[in-house]
Amino acid sequence: MPSITFIHADGARENFDIPVGTTIMHGALSAGLDGIVGECGGSAMCATCHVYIANEEQAKRALPPVSAVEDAMLDSAAAERTVESRLGCQLSVTDAFDGLEIKLPERQL
Amino acid sequence: MAADTLERTASSEIDPFSPDFFRNPYPFHATLRDAGPVVWLEKWGVWAVTRYDQVQAVLTDWQTYCSGAGVGIVNEKKAGGWRKPSALLETDPPEHTANRAIVGRILSPAALRALRATFETEADALVERALAAGDIEGMTDFSETFPMKVFADAVGVPVEGRHHLITWGNMVFNGMGPRNDLFDRAMANAEEVTAWVTAACRRENLTPGGLGAQVYKHVDAGEIEEDHAALLVRSFLSAGVDTTTFAIGNALYCFAAHPDQWDVVRNESGRMKQAFEEVMRFESPFQTFFRTTTCDTQLAGTHIPSDSKILVLVAAANRDPRKWKDADTFDISRSTAGHVGFGAGIHGCVGQMIARLEVEVLLTALARRVKRIELRGEPVRLLHNTLRSFEKLPVRFHA
Repeated sequence: MPSITFIHADGARENFDIPVGTTIMHGALSAGLDGIVGECGGSAMCATCHVYIANEEQAKRALPPVSAVEDAMLDSAAAERTVESRLGCQLSVTDAFDGLEIKLPERQL
Repeated sequence: MAADTLERTASSEIDPFSPDFFRNPYPFHATLRDAGPVVWLEKWGVWAVTRYDQVQAVLTDWQTYCSGAGVGIVNEKKAGGWRKPSALLETDPPEHTANRAIVGRILSPAALRALRATFETEADALVERALAAGDIEGMTDFSETFPMKVFADAVGVPVEGRHHLITWGNMVFNGMGPRNDLFDRAMANAEEVTAWVTAACRRENLTPGGLGAQVYKHVDAGEIEEDHAALLVRSFLSAGVDTTTFAIGNALYCFAAHPDQWDVVRNESGRMKQAFEEVMRFESPFQTFFRTTTCDTQLAGTHIPSDSKILVLVAAANRDPRKWKDADTFDISRSTAGHVGFGAGIHGCVGQMIARLEVEVLLTALARRVKRIELRGEPVRLLHNTLRSFEKLPVRFHA
């Protein structure tokens, strides 16, 4: 299972193995991670699973491109949108995610 | 249907479009869930999924289970539906993605923040009126009143003739079912209602700056055609009125029946959001819709041929004991994460955040003023091909 590191806004790190095919949002919620809300259940409607993908090179290789729907919704994120911003619900985990570092925003609501 | 397929598959005589089913679907759900992960419905010649895992699997795999052949029982690629297909509900990517992005941005949480204050003022006023009135009909005097005012105002629909929105919603969602009495009755005044709705969606009839008018900005930007914008505005009107009305009605009923849980939301601020999610799980306004297979496929060991209609019973998934502990218990303190009351996947309700805002604001206003919601008579169940709520819900609010 790909191992993914979540880095909280205060710098604390947590490591989870997330099954292939699960989204980052669902995987994080199932693992009991604080810092991702996922209010809309994964329909890209609420922007409360906003994350920052830290590893630029790996992100380019492993992550799907930002769709028009995700792009529109990222503008609604409570915390600042940066070039690293993604919605966790739109990222379905593959083996290429192994070792990814995901930073969590200060707030989701 | 080939006999060899039938032999390998669970099948059932249950009719999910019958009055008995609508009055109390839950025992039927249980029978269908226990019959198998995928069940052939003999009466209509369609497949059904009722367990949480299969419902999720179907909703999140749009490549296999498409919406472009309509989300009602009719395969619109073969037969043609009674209306021009929805640009959101009944399309697939890439067309769907572009449409969804436009509407998603207009209904985004950031955009909705601007509406909250107005919604709160209207909610307070409605609660005061209802309190003053004493005995009320909870659907027409309360549940319907709120979205008909605040949502229709937000979209920018003309005030004159707004009652047509209720009939229109009734047409849209009863129209997803088979050609039964409910379908025919819903369509009784179809011509006049369709004409009103079509006119209401035109640029010149929408309030400037409203949600509807914002769709036309995308015409001005050269992204979409004028008549396509009208079709997107129509989606607001189709999906945004009676769904929310019925969600409010279901919430009133749940809290009238569970006064202890009403006390919790009254006394502990911040509980309402989560409580509403439990209403959505426990009494999902949207009960069912269809998908259509794009290819021969296997689902939980069942072979499903290409071009088959599959009835997705989201309300049954929301009560699947394989997923939920004490699934038939209304409990506002449970985790509802993953409920499919707003659907899931790319067709998950695009209006869910404005629906949440409306209901949360209204119920919060109610909780501030009302200690007890009393049922003043036996509620009358709404018989409806797709949605679940009440025809009549006699209630009285006690301050």
